[in-house]
Amino acid sequence: MYPLPNRPVTILCHGLSGIHDNYSEDHVHTMTGQPEALEALTAGEVERIKADFEILEHQVNGVDVVYLDSGATSQKPRCVYEAEQHYYENANAAVHRGAHSLAVEATEIYEEAREKVAKFIGARTNELVWTANATEALNLISYSMSNASLGRGGEAAARFRLGPGDEILTTELEHHANLIPWQELAFRTGATLRYVPVTEDGALRYELLDELVTEKTKLVAFTHVSNVLGTITDTQKFVDAARKVGALTVLDGCQSVPHLPVDVKALDVDFMAFSGHKMLGPTGIGALYGREELLNAMPPFLTGGSMITVVDMEHAEYMPSPQRFEAGTQRIAQTHGLATAVSYLDEIGMGRIAAWEEHLGAMLYEGISKIEGVRVFGPADAQRIGTVPFEVIGVHPHDVGQYLDSRGIAVRVGHHCAQPLHRALGVNSTTRASTYLYNTEEDIKALLEALSSVREYFGV
Amino acid sequence: MNELDQLYQQVILDHSKRRIGSPLVETTEGLLHGESHQHNPICGDQIRVRVELDDQEHFTSMSWEGDGCSISMASASVLAEMLPELTKEEFLGKRDYFREMMRSKGNFQPDEEVLEDAAAFVGVSKFPARVKCAMLAWVAAEVAMHEARK
Ligand SMILES: Cc1ncc(COP(=O)(O)O)c(C=O)c1O
Repeated sequence: MYPLPNRPVTILCHGLSGIHDNYSEDHVHTMTGQPEALEALTAGEVERIKADFEILEHQVNGVDVVYLDSGATSQKPRCVYEAEQHYYENANAAVHRGAHSLAVEATEIYEEAREKVAKFIGARTNELVWTANATEALNLISYSMSNASLGRGGEAAARFRLGPGDEILTTELEHHANLIPWQELAFRTGATLRYVPVTEDGALRYELLDELVTEKTKLVAFTHVSNVLGTITDTQKFVDAARKVGALTVLDGCQSVPHLPVDVKALDVDFMAFSGHKMLGPTGIGALYGREELLNAMPPFLTGGSMITVVDMEHAEYMPSPQRFEAGTQRIAQTHGLATAVSYLDEIGMGRIAAWEEHLGAMLYEGISKIEGVRVFGPADAQRIGTVPFEVIGVHPHDVGQYLDSRGIAVRVGHHCAQPLHRALGVNSTTRASTYLYNTEEDIKALLEALSSVREYFGV
Repeated sequence: MNELDQLYQQVILDHSKRRIGSPLVETTEGLLHGESHQHNPICGDQIRVRVELDDQEHFTSMSWEGDGCSISMASASVLAEMLPELTKEEFLGKRDYFREMMRSKGNFQPDEEVLEDAAAFVGVSKFPARVKCAMLAWVAAEVAMHEARK
């Protein structure tokens, strides 16, 4: 009756087909999440990738757009929104309900997307909970833990209970999304929030971990890659310190999952949050990874339909993970879009993407450092992705951003949702350039050239 | 002039460096004084404005300190230059006129008699993201005026 699509419904983007045959299995996972020395994308490949992104063909102020704001959100290849359209045209229905063919089809698409995205980060399928974004994923842990602290979840949830005397540890360079949910959790439970400070360069002071992680520490939340500095965290140091005292670990993978090969099992973290919109996927979809035994023991955050087994007027029994955390009608088209994005990334190979962005990041860092009157932030010797914050001395970041925009160059200005880090760096705001797989060397050169004339324009 | 040059007119760049009325000055005995701190959470710009008025509701001075982009700082400087001797009513009239210009998306021929140097901000109205920067000092001055007490 209904014209159901032939499986698989994933539509591959044209620019890609065939060019990465040698690398399709290149999904390299390493302990630190850093790529092995893989061959970077070639300039020709990047040009072909770029052609998959309609928006990058647009002009801004009469010139081709140079998009250097992927740290805020990435652009999407055609196949991602075509996948969403395809879903709406062929399979739209509510999942996990209803006996009709469309509902079956939609459920399959939804669960296949979970399988694909879980595999992408090295997780088992039922260890991946869909959320709106990383912010919601981190809040999910925060609120589930306060529910546990109120006694919900019984004996099994003992690990998630916090109270006065307990400590939560985070760092000074976090995005507000990995800080405020822990501040709130501390307020609600009476626990104390502590943090690993940074040096004036913005380097994490790992040497203090031994002192800061004690028997009181119940949770350690830290980012994999700083969204401001682009620097890659030595996650092993955090995980080792937390394991020693039996604390839970929460990794913010927002800036690593899009740019580096990431394997949660190799990283050995308990939870990881990430957002789809920063990794070529649609907005409105993100995920929380959690170890299966932890997710199944943690009391739910949002409750209602689709997450229960038996309900009477007094109580309800909850499904195991991941349904336990997916109350209400879910974002099905978006999961399909994200799964398509993940196929796209996988086909190119995260190792090669990381190698290309490492190259762009070095070009940015070195190039900007050489410009007179411009200062880069972040430790010089760090491993970084293609994200570099800087300051044009005497010109406010907002004015720098406006000047660059007049030349079609999109960067982010402000505190990038990391006010404490900016305070530690001694500034209110910075200008940040951030790359992705579609950025060319020409993009970096355009930025460097424009930056050399900013001070002259503003007469400083 | 391209749009960027219309935004950053020389008058604006000059004012952003001269910062007339900054830093804050001590209040004068016998006058009404009010203060307001305004903050734009989107970009982090902030300004503290102090105004003084005499018993006839004339502004006698505006001083300020702030941290922000050239548009917000220049706007405060221009206002500090303009405000002394205006009555409350005159200030509010100019405020309305300035706001109308800011909302014009570039379709506005400002009367320089009314706005003086503030007329140079007409180019800002083509950049909706920057209108708040230009308005920040005006908002602060108005709040400070309403707060003014002996
Ligand atoms: C490191 C980091 N954590 C968390 C977030 C929050 O992501 P979202 O706004 O998609 O929830 C971001 C996004 O800016 C980020 O860069």
